Amino acid sequence: MEDTIKIEDIIKPENIVFEKTSCLTDNVLSYCPGCGHGVAHRITMEVVEEMGIQDQTIGIAPVGCSVLAYDFMNIDMQQAAHGRAPAVATGLKRVYPNKFVFTYQGDGDLAAIGTAETIHACNRGENIVIIFINNGIYGMTGGQMAPTTLPGMKSSTTPYGRNAAMMGHPIKITELVAHLPGTCYVTRQAVHTPGAVRKAKKAIRKAFENQKLNKGLSFVEIVSNCNSGWKMTPVDSNNWMVENMFPYYPMGDIKDE
Amino acid sequence: MKELRLMKGNEAIAEAAIRCGVDAYYGYPITPQSEVMEYLTAEEPYKTTGMVVLQAESEIASIHMVHGAAGGGKKSMTSSSSPGISLMTEGISYLAGSEIPCLIVNVQRGGPGLGTIQPGQADYFQATKGGGHGDYRLIVLAPASVQEMADFVDLSFELAFKYRNPALILSDGAIGQMMEKVYLPEQKERLTDEEVAQKYGDWATIGKSPNKERNILTSLELQSERQEKHNFHLQAKYKKIEENEIRYEKINCENADYMLVAYGMSARICQKVIQLGKEKGINIGLIRPITLWPFPSQVIKESANNVKGILTVEMSAGQMVEDVRLAVEGKVPVEHYGRFGGMIPSPDEVLNALEQKLIGK
Repeated sequence: MEDTIKIEDIIKPENIVFEKTSCLTDNVLSYCPGCGHGVAHRITMEVVEEMGIQDQTIGIAPVGCSVLAYDFMNIDMQQAAHGRAPAVATGLKRVYPNKFVFTYQGDGDLAAIGTAETIHACNRGENIVIIFINNGIYGMTGGQMAPTTLPGMKSSTTPYGRNAAMMGHPIKITELVAHLPGTCYVTRQAVHTPGAVRKAKKAIRKAFENQKLNKGLSFVEIVSNCNSGWKMTPVDSNNWMVENMFPYYPMGDIKDE
Repeated sequence: MKELRLMKGNEAIAEAAIRCGVDAYYGYPITPQSEVMEYLTAEEPYKTTGMVVLQAESEIASIHMVHGAAGGGKKSMTSSSSPGISLMTEGISYLAGSEIPCLIVNVQRGGPGLGTIQPGQADYFQATKGGGHGDYRLIVLAPASVQEMADFVDLSFELAFKYRNPALILSDGAIGQMMEKVYLPEQKERLTDEEVAQKYGDWATIGKSPNKERNILTSLELQSERQEKHNFHLQAKYKKIEENEIRYEKINCENADYMLVAYGMSARICQKVIQLGKEKGINIGLIRPITLWPFPSQVIKESANNVKGILTVEMSAGQMVEDVRLAVEGKVPVEHYGRFGGMIPSPDEVLNALEQKLIGK
């Protein structure tokens, strides 16, 4: 019938004001609603699209919630063993110095099991980008204590709160790698507000531009929430993050050379 | 013309790597194979062929660096010795699961634990039965001379890329440290990025061009049905390798009354045992597996029809002997003689063991 309204009648090319970047696939994100990973994925892939480097970019996925990053990022990717992404990225970048290589890792992956790989890739000044999502918890395995879990913070392996005297202190690995001469840009960002997202995207862009200029290793930490693991609503978890995580993990550039 | 040189086994591996156009070596020092990286860093092939040489912070990092480079379709390798290979087994399992071709060299020393820095052959199980987690196989080549240390580098890469599977050279501290004359291959050009893209562009992670699907290298599949399917695919590939790639050497096997089965350094010793046997009027043959996986079961099985007994000689408490027994199916006695913990058996004691265990019975 002629008067049937079709979808094309409503969504016309001239009416489209926003499109998802073509550097993301159409696969449905497996992340919990409210989690920061989706935004972090999007701004990373927007940077890749805006720089026109999709065909030269290879991502290294970690183990953890973002192990399936390759399902969502529309680029060539390798999935590394737990914590080994900086080593995998090193091996790849050394044989393809003109391509763009980045890792995308969580806190358990990067700051616990992969500490050696992280420190030494940074120390060698590998010309790569490390994107580090810090939500203070092992999300994928069910909310266990991470190296970045705050003192007193409850997790499935610290049911009465992290006791620093017994379990150690949360590690500020971002400040640690900033001390190494191999890093050129070390920054801490968040993605909980539109303003923060814009800043974080700018930081990721800068990191990739640094790689283009062969400046060394750029390290972008994104402090994020884990509403499921923290057992809060998304809104509460973001508020909790601002009130508790930000004082311990302050926002902003730590090093920019 | 091929160049003739006097070299250590470890040096021969390094020189052959440069000459067969390897793109990257990532390693970590450990005795008795440190000469591989020392030779490479002294030669500086990054200035000539463009080959990357990098000392990693650990064996774990080395093998995952190989993962990265080999995942980009580049000829990539590492080398280590027993305790270091144990650390690498995590990465090796991932490489096998993701079907990434590469070369790992194990210049074995005696174990277990830190063991000794002297030669051993006690990593046979680790090399041929998996080593890391999951159902996987490595193509395992066992050199018995410095010449084969050189020759097997190129052969390993040929097989690794043919089947998209990691290959392992299982050597030992004696072959690695001893000097022999070696004919070196002529310098091969490294493949250009364009050639790599053309040859391996259907799987290597080199950047997604607009007109093709992206390449993903992963060993993860959360849906069990699909993970099982991937395992069936791997098993079918392993079967093909078993059908096509078995290599072995037969020495003095015609009319032999007794058969020795030995690989690597032990096979060299067994050649002397054959000679000593002749002097005593004992006719001994030797089957030397060159591929430890796939294992030359059939030729060993057939040999059992013509001999009175088989003795395996290994610098271990008896590992390969299990595969020999499986092949022989009880037709004739299969005995084992081994020295281990860094000890190397002498030809006399091997002959003595053969006489006592097989002839004296």
